[in-house]
Amino acid sequence: MDFDLNDDQRLLRDSVDRLIADRYDFEARRRFTAEPEGWSRANWVRFAEQGWLGLPFTEASGGFGGGAIEIALVMEAFGRGLVVEPYLASILLAGRLLEEAGEAALVRRIAEGELLGAFAHLERHSGWDLEDVATKARPRGDTWHLTGTKCVVLHGDCADVLLVTARTAGAQRDRDGIGVFLITPDAPGLTRHGVPTQDAQRVAEITMSDTPARQLAFAGDALATLERVRDQAIAALCAEAVGVMEQMHATTVDYLKTRHQFGRAIGEFQVLQHRAVDMYVALEQARSMALFATLMAAEADSPRRRAAISAAKVQIGRSGRLIGQEAIQLHGGIAMTIEYKVGHYFKRMTAIEEMFGNADTHLEQVATAESIL
Amino acid sequence: MDLRFTDEEIAFRDEARQFFREEVPEAIRRKVLEGRHLSKDEIVHSQRILNARGWAVPHWPRAWGGQDWTPVQIYLFQDEMQQAGVPPPLPFNVSMVGPVIAEFGSDAQKLRFLPRAANLDDWWCQGFSEPGAGSDLASLRTKAVLDGDHWVIDGQKTWTTLAQHADWIFLLCRTDPAAKKQEGISFILADMRTPGIKVRPIQTIDGGHEVNEVFFDRVRVPRENLVGDVNRGWDYAKFLLGNERTGIARVGTSKARLKRIRDLAKLELRAGRPLIEDRRFREKLAAVEIELKALEITQLRVVADERGHARGKPNPASSILKIKGSQLQQATTELLLDVVGPHALPLAAQDEGNGRNEPGIGPEHAATAAPTYFNWRKISIYGGSNEIQHNIIAKAILGF
Ligand SMILES: Cc1cc2nc3c(=O)[nH]c(=O)nc-3n(C[C@H](O)[C@H](O)[C@H](O)COP(=O)(O)OP(=O)(O)OC[C@H]3O[C@@H](n4cnc5c(N)ncnc54)[C@H](O)[C@@H]3O)c2cc1C
Repeated sequence: MDFDLNDDQRLLRDSVDRLIADRYDFEARRRFTAEPEGWSRANWVRFAEQGWLGLPFTEASGGFGGGAIEIALVMEAFGRGLVVEPYLASILLAGRLLEEAGEAALVRRIAEGELLGAFAHLERHSGWDLEDVATKARPRGDTWHLTGTKCVVLHGDCADVLLVTARTAGAQRDRDGIGVFLITPDAPGLTRHGVPTQDAQRVAEITMSDTPARQLAFAGDALATLERVRDQAIAALCAEAVGVMEQMHATTVDYLKTRHQFGRAIGEFQVLQHRAVDMYVALEQARSMALFATLMAAEADSPRRRAAISAAKVQIGRSGRLIGQEAIQLHGGIAMTIEYKVGHYFKRMTAIEEMFGNADTHLEQVATAESIL
Repeated sequence: MDLRFTDEEIAFRDEARQFFREEVPEAIRRKVLEGRHLSKDEIVHSQRILNARGWAVPHWPRAWGGQDWTPVQIYLFQDEMQQAGVPPPLPFNVSMVGPVIAEFGSDAQKLRFLPRAANLDDWWCQGFSEPGAGSDLASLRTKAVLDGDHWVIDGQKTWTTLAQHADWIFLLCRTDPAAKKQEGISFILADMRTPGIKVRPIQTIDGGHEVNEVFFDRVRVPRENLVGDVNRGWDYAKFLLGNERTGIARVGTSKARLKRIRDLAKLELRAGRPLIEDRRFREKLAAVEIELKALEITQLRVVADERGHARGKPNPASSILKIKGSQLQQATTELLLDVVGPHALPLAAQDEGNGRNEPGIGPEHAATAAPTYFNWRKISIYGGSNEIQHNIIAKAILGF
């Protein structure tokens, strides 16, 4: 057993932490979200220079061969800074799918930060089930044509390439007949409509009507690949959530020590100390399960991997809700204002809870799988 | 013992139900039920409909438009109002400043302010909290000094709900800095147009604008705007808070939200089936309904007990209603979030206050789920936070 980082990992962690601390404070973030795309291209260039955009990809496709641990280090720091750049969408979802499909040239451009990708899966009634796809792919001539609508596509508005799930055969919830298709946003019949999200990220709704598309070729089953990439993304999201929770907790403890009412710091009220302690326990439980997810992200036995990832998502969801709600409550009115940072962490946490399935959905997965113990 | 209402009570309830549904515009009620913001005009319009019927201020003294209803009638009235999505008459007018003026104000004040408060001709706001005086309200520092025929007010209030609409503010000011904290406070009324009053908006995390900071810089208000006796303001403030007993649980509001959740859960699919058929979801819904039923009965027990209580004297049992009522209201906002899931993420179009006019995406009913969840965190903070309510129960009921 070994929970220590190696030297390279420590270097990586220090450099991400430093950049977030120096360049990504609350004021800076406000400026980034006010930029036209809702995030900062300059930051993206900087992330590329640091090598973070190529982190998950093999060296053969222009990456640095990092694993889930390296990704988690980056994401946890991104959580602390509430980073709004499209790392999850472009690198961990679109980039990774392209890599699995052997699209080395595109991956290289993504890793350089020159190309942005997005993953378009969610539909109005699909939930996050990857096999639940109503969007249709029909062959005509030598290309496929897609028709359907994809919702809440993370950073779908700025993406240069869209990776879209569509059904080539079968009924809406069949596990067979799902493909991943590459579309450029200027393709005929495609409209996209971007909006900001509750947590200051960006999403788009994408409608395709007989839109020509190229199918990606995976070594194995497309659905199995999708599930693996999604599970790795969830593990990364869990790490981000830990960074978010850590900040909410730390900010709350600081506030309890400085806010005075009734002639003393409110942190002197033991009942509030205990509440802060419960938040801390929830945080550490979340941290452990995020670590579990990180270490299981590359597990080849997919049922075991999926159960582990789901278990982590449940823990993250529950700890996140408790910590978020308590952070607001223990601050009192100040936390209800948009000028104070805690509310922004709370909103990001809420969005994370709703992404890739909430705690209830994943609890169901764990309950129906083999025991994770 | 009987949990059923009498025939007269049922007749009264039906009359209220019919009135709310037939007389208050459906468009306004739908907005309330869907958690959208009301405009000032809509709130005024709705209160005037109630007032025309004599129902804006049923709990006031008879002479000022009250109805002499029994506590059960008041309960039924509020429950129906909340379930129908009728905007409650502005609490600052009808539950706060109105009863205080009716009880402690001069005849001239009653005549001048009460009818206009009932009809929402004057919009009142509550200037109690300050940056340094939240839970510890008695430590407030805004001061009023008598100068000839005027009080001169200096200081700052904060969290002032809807001050941007207000014509008048009632505020607690320190008038005797030498006295013990609670004993040097007075209750003063100020016209919001008085020179020296400045309102600065505070945006909340859901993007809305419902609270403000209010600054007072050498604000001169006529001496006769003092309510009751000088330095007795703390007693009046306690009376004001003690008036709000049963309404705070807002059981009717939670009932309406749960009904909406059931309806929407029929439309939203999970794993290809309507969410309402999902066992886990139904159990979560049931768990909230059980607690709500318990709270409703607790509330009725408090109501029954009201008869033995003096008016304006806080009943510590109402702290139970505040704690549980706020928790359940918040639980319903979480259920609603569960129902719409990821579709709650896109920011709604033209949600008042967020300053954007891009059209939104996704199902319309999803748009308010997240903002409501965020915004309703406030209800366990304001009006005496839930921690303060715990302190009250511990002291006043458990005898610690
Ligand atoms: C949306 C909104 C609208 C409001 N509208 C109005 C309005 O119109 N007019 C008005 O005057 N005020 C208004 N308020 C203010 C409200 O009443 C205060 O926010 C409330 O009294 C809490 O004060 P605070 O925010 O300063 O928190 P604090 O008093 O600083 O409390 C911070 C935390 O410490 C806890 N705490 C404090 N003291 C104790 C204790 N002794 N024991 C245990 N825990 C304790 C609190 O419960 C809270 O969790 C509003 C507030 C909000 C959020």
